Amino acid sequence: MGKRTGMEVAIAAAEAVALCRIDVAAVYPITPQSHMAEHLADIIHDGRIDAEFITVESEHSSISACAGASATGARVYTATSSQGLMLMHEILPIVSAMRLPVVMGNANRAVSGPLNIWNDHTDIMPQRDNGWIVMHAENGQEVIDMTIQSFKIAEHPDVMLPVVLNIDGFQLTHMIEPLEFPTQEEVDRFLPPRVPFATLHPDRPISMGCFNMPDIFMETMKAKDQALINSKKTIVKIWNEWGKMFGRSYKPIETYKARGAETLILTMGSMGETASVAVDEMKAKGRSVGLVKMRLWRPFPLDELRAAIKGCKTLIVMDRAVSFGGAGGPLGTEIKSLLYHDDPRPRIVNMIMGLGGRDVQVEDFIAMVDRAERKEDDGYEYYGVRE
Amino acid sequence: MKQKKWPEAWHEVNPGCMVFEPGNARVYKTGSWRAQRPVWDDRKCIKCGICYIFCPEGCISEQEDGFFRADLDYCKGCGICAHECWPQAIAMVEEEV
Repeated sequence: MGKRTGMEVAIAAAEAVALCRIDVAAVYPITPQSHMAEHLADIIHDGRIDAEFITVESEHSSISACAGASATGARVYTATSSQGLMLMHEILPIVSAMRLPVVMGNANRAVSGPLNIWNDHTDIMPQRDNGWIVMHAENGQEVIDMTIQSFKIAEHPDVMLPVVLNIDGFQLTHMIEPLEFPTQEEVDRFLPPRVPFATLHPDRPISMGCFNMPDIFMETMKAKDQALINSKKTIVKIWNEWGKMFGRSYKPIETYKARGAETLILTMGSMGETASVAVDEMKAKGRSVGLVKMRLWRPFPLDELRAAIKGCKTLIVMDRAVSFGGAGGPLGTEIKSLLYHDDPRPRIVNMIMGLGGRDVQVEDFIAMVDRAERKEDDGYEYYGVRE
Repeated sequence: MKQKKWPEAWHEVNPGCMVFEPGNARVYKTGSWRAQRPVWDDRKCIKCGICYIFCPEGCISEQEDGFFRADLDYCKGCGICAHECWPQAIAMVEEEV
C-alpha cells in the first residue's frame, strides 16, 4: 500500500500518465483540463519522463498528432474538454477505424452556447458513436487507476482501440482529494511497454488509413463494431487483474445497495458519490432505494445492466445531457430502447439535471426520487428548472 | 489455403484496413470505371509527351516508336490527356458495352 497524498485530481491525472511512461503527448490546454495539460508539460520538460510534448495549435491537431504517433508504435496521451472535443470530432472515428491505441482524458464541460465552462456531459455524448471505448470516473482515485488501466486496455492486442476517460470538469478535476499512487515498479509490472500490432516504418512499408469502396465499407464497419463489442471481455479481464494487484475492483456497472431495492437511481460520473449519500439517507428512513452507476458507456454493458436492475420497479436515469428535440437524455433513451423487449421491465423515468454546472446535492436526489415515484407520465423532465 | 486477393467477409478485413503489401494497387484494375477511352491519332501527334505528364493515373507510357498509349487496365477515361494535348491528337471515344 502506497501512502495517501492530498492532490488536485487534474494534477494527479497527469502524474498517472507519467507513471505509464508515455512516449508522446499532444495536448492543447482548455478549461477545466488546463492543469492536466500544464502539469504534463512540466513533467516532460523537467525531464522526469522520456517523452515528447507536442505543442499543437488546436485540438484537431492534437488528436491528429496522437494518431500519427500511435501509428509509429508510441504510447500516446491527449486530454481535452468541451469545445476541444468537438473540434476533435472529425478525427475521432478515424483513430478508432485505424485501430490506433490512444488514451484521452476528457474533463467534461458543457458545450457552447451560451458559453459555459462548467460540468455536464454534453461534450462526450455527441462523440458516442465514434467507435471509442468510453468510460467515466467517479472520484480522484478512479481517475488515477482508470488512466493507467486505459493504456493497458487500448494497447491490448485483442482491443487496439482508443479510450476516452471522462473526468467531470471542476467537480473532479479541481477537487483536492487524498489519493494513493501505485509505485513505478507496480505500474511497470501492470503495464509493460507497448507491443504494437503494426507500425509505420520506412524499412517495412505498409499502408494505414486506406480507402474503402462500397463493396467492402460495410464489412469494415461491422468489423469495427465487433472489435468494440469484443473489447468488453478484455476490459473486464484487465479490471480484474487491477483488483487483484491493488485491491480496488472495477466493473462495467457498479452497484450500491441496489439488491432488492424497488427504486434504483442510475448515474454516470462524479454524481454517483452524491447519489450514494442520498441512498443512505433514504434507506435510513426505510425507503427501498438503491444506486446503479455506469462506469463503461461504450461498449454498452447490457448484460451487466440487466443483472444490476433485476427486480426493480422504477429506474430513474439521470442524464447530464440533452438530445434536443429527441425523446430525452442520451442515457435515458438508450436504456429505454435496450430494455424494450424485456419482460418484466422497470418503469423508466428520465431526469435531465446538472447541466452547465448546476449543482445537484443530496436533497436533489431525494427530491428526484420523490418526483419519479409520483410522476404519472413517461416523458423525460428537467429537474430543478424554474417554472 | 488459397490466399484471397481481397477480404470478402467482415472478419477477413485486416485490423484498421492495414495493407501489408506495398504497391498492391497495381493488381486492382480500375479500367472498368471508364465510360470513354482515349484514342490517339499518330498523324497529329508531335510526341511531346504532355499526355504522359498530365495523366493522373500514370497509365500513359511511350512506346518504342515514340508515340503514346494508355494502359486500359487502369485508364479511368477522365479525358485530361485529350484536354491537354496541344495538337488535339487524342479523341475520347465512347466505350460500348
